[in-house]
Amino acid sequence: MIEISKLTKKYGQFKALDELTLSLKEGTVFGFVGANGAGKSTTFLILATLLQPTSGSVTINGVDVTKKPEEIRKLIGYMPDFFGIYDQLKAHEYLDFYGASYGIPVEKRNQLITELLELVNLTDKRNAYVDSLSRGMKQRLCLARSLIHDPKVLILDEPASGLDPRARVEMRDILRSLKSLGKTILISSHILPELAEMCDEIGVIDNGKLIAHGSVSEIQAKLLGDKTITTRISGDSGSAVAFFEESPFVSAISHDIHEGVLSFTFKGDDEQQFHLLKEAVLSGIHIVSFTENSVDLEDVFMEITKGVELIEKQTK
Amino acid sequence: MKSRLNNPVLAKEVKLRFRSSKSFTGVLFYLLAMCIFVFGFIYTTTSLAGTAYFKPSESVILFTFLTFIQLGLVLFITPGLTAGTISGERERQTLPMLLTTSQSSFQIVTGKLLSSVLFLLLLIIAGLPVYSMVFLFGGISPVLFVKSLFFLFVTLLAIGSLGVLFSTLIRRTTVSMIVTYGSMLFFTAVIPFLFLIIIQVKQFGTMGMTPSKTYVGHFLASINPEIFFASLLAPELGMSVQEMTQVTFPLWIGYLLFYGVITIGSIWIATKRLRVNMKKHK
Repeated sequence: MIEISKLTKKYGQFKALDELTLSLKEGTVFGFVGANGAGKSTTFLILATLLQPTSGSVTINGVDVTKKPEEIRKLIGYMPDFFGIYDQLKAHEYLDFYGASYGIPVEKRNQLITELLELVNLTDKRNAYVDSLSRGMKQRLCLARSLIHDPKVLILDEPASGLDPRARVEMRDILRSLKSLGKTILISSHILPELAEMCDEIGVIDNGKLIAHGSVSEIQAKLLGDKTITTRISGDSGSAVAFFEESPFVSAISHDIHEGVLSFTFKGDDEQQFHLLKEAVLSGIHIVSFTENSVDLEDVFMEITKGVELIEKQTK
Repeated sequence: MKSRLNNPVLAKEVKLRFRSSKSFTGVLFYLLAMCIFVFGFIYTTTSLAGTAYFKPSESVILFTFLTFIQLGLVLFITPGLTAGTISGERERQTLPMLLTTSQSSFQIVTGKLLSSVLFLLLLIIAGLPVYSMVFLFGGISPVLFVKSLFFLFVTLLAIGSLGVLFSTLIRRTTVSMIVTYGSMLFFTAVIPFLFLIIIQVKQFGTMGMTPSKTYVGHFLASINPEIFFASLLAPELGMSVQEMTQVTFPLWIGYLLFYGVITIGSIWIATKRLRVNMKKHK
């Protein structure tokens, strides 16, 4: 669906994008995460035909962005990170203007506007002036605008930035509905946890380079390696220690006798983890809880970008 | 065909323009300025002459003054209306979304230009009852009236196109406005000054003999709105320009050609430069 190959954007000597390569299948919800200035918006601007790349290629649904930008505009719905709205238009007039801009006939437009306002929970604001809407509502209206021509690909640059927690949840719910409609969605954010919940795949960008790409769990596993598991034992914890020490997947056991808590590093997949727990229970160890320690996604992100910084410093 | 004629930007701009009270205030002040001038002129003329009637010869003077007032207002208002059309969208951060729609750059540029032109036309049409008062007193040919309106339209279209062009090329509205007003001042103040210098130099060089042809002088005279409108309203003035320059080419053709090229050229460049040329990819 989306093929990005060696995409580079230079501003003088500065490389905003450095040979970025990425491939996304139809229907994927892709989260693009990176610090401010990492190159997320530059990539999106090129995809939205608003910026000319220095080199490399981008195709959406087989159409080259640089060769047929007119066709690309019909395929994509773009929502920029910062945007203005025509304040003196009413919500339905705003959508109607963009509908007309995509050449949608009047009769179809009216029906679409009703459906889209319903999708973004703004039906009751149909006749309200855009000026009177809250920031969250404006974000949702802008999202509805980007959907007016039923695009195959949605490019959303920081759609949740500046929103309060409730508005974020609302935005996330809308994106889930869009995902169920089979749209290919690209969302950027500088907050990884924000994307983790709704994305199938995540790409981490730093200094214009894609430094990690995969599912959230893949990225976690790849970057943080082994899991830490904590169990709480009632009764004889000594036998539990002996049992886990025998397992080839377990190492670095720490034991708190008073609390009955036992922690260890586990090197194995989910299936092996399941068998370990099953055997422990069957061997008579009184396991009250068995918990895989949650990994802070912010830490993962910091870890990734720190790693890149170190490599860059070393090469310099 | 219908979809080609349909311009969403134009429809939206007209809606937004007439939703604002500023537009109606603008029309009000425009009409007030014209009324004050017309009635002031009639009152002053009749009271100075000590008569209760208005002579046809005086209505010609009134018509000339009114045309120049309208020309002045058009030249003054057009840059203000057009020089922020595209840069304003950029500053309000609405341009990227507009550029990712299926609308062609030509549609966006002409939509922006036409919305301003329509407002100016509304000003001119709203002023017609005041303007046509000169017919009550006679002495004015309807053809001349139509001609002056037509060339007024040509002028506003050209200045408007320049405004949209600068608004496309320059990111900031303030700078775009300064450049557009600067261009307008160049056409209205610098060009007649250059024309006078050229004529003076030519006449000085001939030592009383018939001066040689000066195509540059004739060109400058034909592209200056004041000289052109003066020659349109008083043909004898056009003859004297021809005598001074020794070129018999009609001024109106030069005026129409020049401002036509300005209009087409500005729209063409603005259309080309509105969007990033993705095809220029190296």
